[in-house]
Amino acid sequence: MKAFAQLIKTIDSTNKTNKKVDALADYFSTAPNNDKVWTIAILSHRRPPRPVNTTLLREFASALADIPLWLFEESYHIVGDLAETIALVLPNVESSTDKSLSSFCEDLLALKAESEATKKAYLTEHWTQMDYYERFVFNKLITGGFRIGLSQKLMTRALAKATELDEDILAYKLMGNWNPAKITFQELILEENKADYLSKPYPFYLAYALEENISDLGNPADWSAEHKWDGIRSQVIIRDGELFVWSRGEELVTDKYPEFEEFVEHMPDGIVLDGEILAYPNNEIGSFKDLQTRIGRKNVSKKLLEKTPVILKVYDLLELKGEDIREKPLAWRRQELEKLYKKFQNKISVFHLSEEIKFNEWEELIAEREHAREIKSEGLMLKKKNAHYGVGRKKGDWWKWKSDPFSIDGVLTYAMRGHGRRSNLFTDYTFGLWDDEKKELVTFAKAYSGLTDKEFKELDAWIKKNTLDRFGPVRSVTPHHVFEVAFEGIAKSKRHKSGVATRFPRILRWRKDKKLEEANTLSDLKALIPK
Amino acid sequence: MNSILYILVLSMSTPLLIFNDKGIYCTAANVYIDAWKPVDNVIITHGHADHSRWGHQRYITHHHNIPIIKHRLGDIEVVGVDYGETFSVNNVKFSLHPAGHIIGSSQVRVEHKGEVWVFTGDYKLDDDGVAKPYESVSCHTFISECTFGLPAFNWRPQKEVFEEINQWWLSNQEEGRTSVLFGYSLGKAQRLLKHLNPDIGKIYTHGAIENMTDVCRQLVEFPATELITRDTTKKDLHGHMVLAPPSAHGSTWIRKMTPYVTGSASGWMTFRGARRRRAIDQGFVLSDHCDWNQLLEAVKNTGCEKVICTHGYTDIFAKYLRTLGYDARTEKTQYEEQED
Repeated sequence: MKAFAQLIKTIDSTNKTNKKVDALADYFSTAPNNDKVWTIAILSHRRPPRPVNTTLLREFASALADIPLWLFEESYHIVGDLAETIALVLPNVESSTDKSLSSFCEDLLALKAESEATKKAYLTEHWTQMDYYERFVFNKLITGGFRIGLSQKLMTRALAKATELDEDILAYKLMGNWNPAKITFQELILEENKADYLSKPYPFYLAYALEENISDLGNPADWSAEHKWDGIRSQVIIRDGELFVWSRGEELVTDKYPEFEEFVEHMPDGIVLDGEILAYPNNEIGSFKDLQTRIGRKNVSKKLLEKTPVILKVYDLLELKGEDIREKPLAWRRQELEKLYKKFQNKISVFHLSEEIKFNEWEELIAEREHAREIKSEGLMLKKKNAHYGVGRKKGDWWKWKSDPFSIDGVLTYAMRGHGRRSNLFTDYTFGLWDDEKKELVTFAKAYSGLTDKEFKELDAWIKKNTLDRFGPVRSVTPHHVFEVAFEGIAKSKRHKSGVATRFPRILRWRKDKKLEEANTLSDLKALIPK
Repeated sequence: MNSILYILVLSMSTPLLIFNDKGIYCTAANVYIDAWKPVDNVIITHGHADHSRWGHQRYITHHHNIPIIKHRLGDIEVVGVDYGETFSVNNVKFSLHPAGHIIGSSQVRVEHKGEVWVFTGDYKLDDDGVAKPYESVSCHTFISECTFGLPAFNWRPQKEVFEEINQWWLSNQEEGRTSVLFGYSLGKAQRLLKHLNPDIGKIYTHGAIENMTDVCRQLVEFPATELITRDTTKKDLHGHMVLAPPSAHGSTWIRKMTPYVTGSASGWMTFRGARRRRAIDQGFVLSDHCDWNQLLEAVKNTGCEKVICTHGYTDIFAKYLRTLGYDARTEKTQYEEQED
């Protein structure tokens, strides 16, 4: 644990990506093998399931720190991170422990089933043997969410450096379902094992947002365009007579979409499709909101299946006849995909093709993007015809070119302190719109992003001086500042007081030029809902 | 509870010190302390901008603070007093006592008709080797800042922190990098300078720090520094230490230090988020304010019954003091919450 805590401390004390990767590569070269496996697991979001709930953690920690629970809670609101708060409020100690990272992880796996008293005794014992960083890391193992500015991609790079294996191959090995408590470093990283690969998806290739002018992309003939579908990015794998559905978050979601069994009933083995899961009520593409009724439900009822069926809008083919074809150019993969589609479209009703948009000039695409919303698309995707299928987010070959967002001018009404790098700063905002009489502001959206650090700082200082009331971590503020709030989608909602739900709201700009009265009304917002 | 307090306060005579729209005011003496709007007579606790503002008629402060505020405010009418020296205005007795915050910083003791109030200004209990160490002053009512009034703040002994800072400098030097350390130009910069190890290399300064340090050299001895000028080259700076105010971070001025590593010394570096937000490589938790336990100790040592909490986590600290049996409340001031 000491070595792992030291690693996190080193990573924490630099802002430079290369230094972080170097520190991790050093660790991978020296740590015991089972600690390496757990480190990989932790940095790829496979920590042990939470053994102690956060309510108990707070109680145990405030008892040990000898402070009342309310004072612990107040501290937590300000620090903005539970693991960090606990590490900070606990008294510093003289004793120490040499227990390894992997044995702590194993302890935590076993602790889940223990009684409350045993949990308290275990945590108290170990908290009093750790310094600040060890405590912080230990708490993070329990609460999850290791955000240390080191993505899975960078972790993979460090591992490649330490093992001298290819980075893309490692990325592939680390995908899918593996259990850090059962697998050895040898099995996970070093061995070639065909059977393990049965369910494994390929790393998803991700697009960057197009910010430059479309014509800067060069010759239109080099590019393929299609609509950008607003669903769940997924890979559908058919191997050895089995179906595996993976979402982009590397989650195996096969059980959630029983209608996809159709693929395995008709298609031969050795096929991997890349596409978007979309809701398809009444034989037409639904909204993301429709799809949300399916996400997060493991046991899908018959009624729900009928009400909100799904389809797979396929746009790429990654494996054919058991062969990894990601190195082939897009145009070739597209051709093979269309052949498959022709062959199976009548047999597999959930198999839909994301059609290529035919165009000769960029102007035609500009026009197409204008009416993307009408067909429930978020905008366009542009892919280079001669590009292979990459790993992760790389600039150059794939671009997403979303429709311009909706936007409306709202008034800042409430603020809450942020988390992580925004801890102790009021950066989480609630916005209101005027009712029709312009008497009252009705909450319509919350937004956390879109301001510069300088603007956040300025607004934070203003909020502290213009607080009307405090409700725990939330402060109501004098209605004064108007912000242009952008969002991707809008739909009617019974769950929201405003009667409207917006998707991915964020701040577009601070309208210092607008007076309070000039903010929009709820009716203005409702007028944006697609008919 | 609040309304009962309010009635109690009303039922007594006017409090010795009140908080009005201009500052902390002693009605009996017609004197302000650390006023935030221009007034006739003001006692200044220390030289930071939020406590010593421009535009008052007559300033009273500790001798050592005079060169500092004159450097900042220009030619002002100011009277200097010693620690422990009592002066009376309309039968109200005032005296200044060391606050341990920065050079020349004071607490203000106010006595009238047997009642004693103390305003701390900004303070810390640790001896930092630069400011005259804090001395506890007995009082009935204690007006305390609580910038770091949260149990999450626990300072380590400064000896450990400076060992860490000097070690950091050394290892940056070994990697061929210049160390850029951020700290406020008055107070933190001199404290850092005093404890940096000049055997490791040269200590360069930003203009704001060089000028303020020059003023402080009349009062305390410091290691030699070298001002960075247009003629200073990258090569000159290589592997050495640069002391800079936080505002220099991200400026074009700093490019001259390339390749460099940044560090910041502040109580706010306690929070991982604060360091990441500022995009600083290394945070050193070093503050010129009290941490949680120091605040509690200070309150206890005064033997006071009443505590008024100003700037910082006032609500939380006051609430906790009430659970300990103190008559504690908060007052709004215009002192900066974030400064350290």
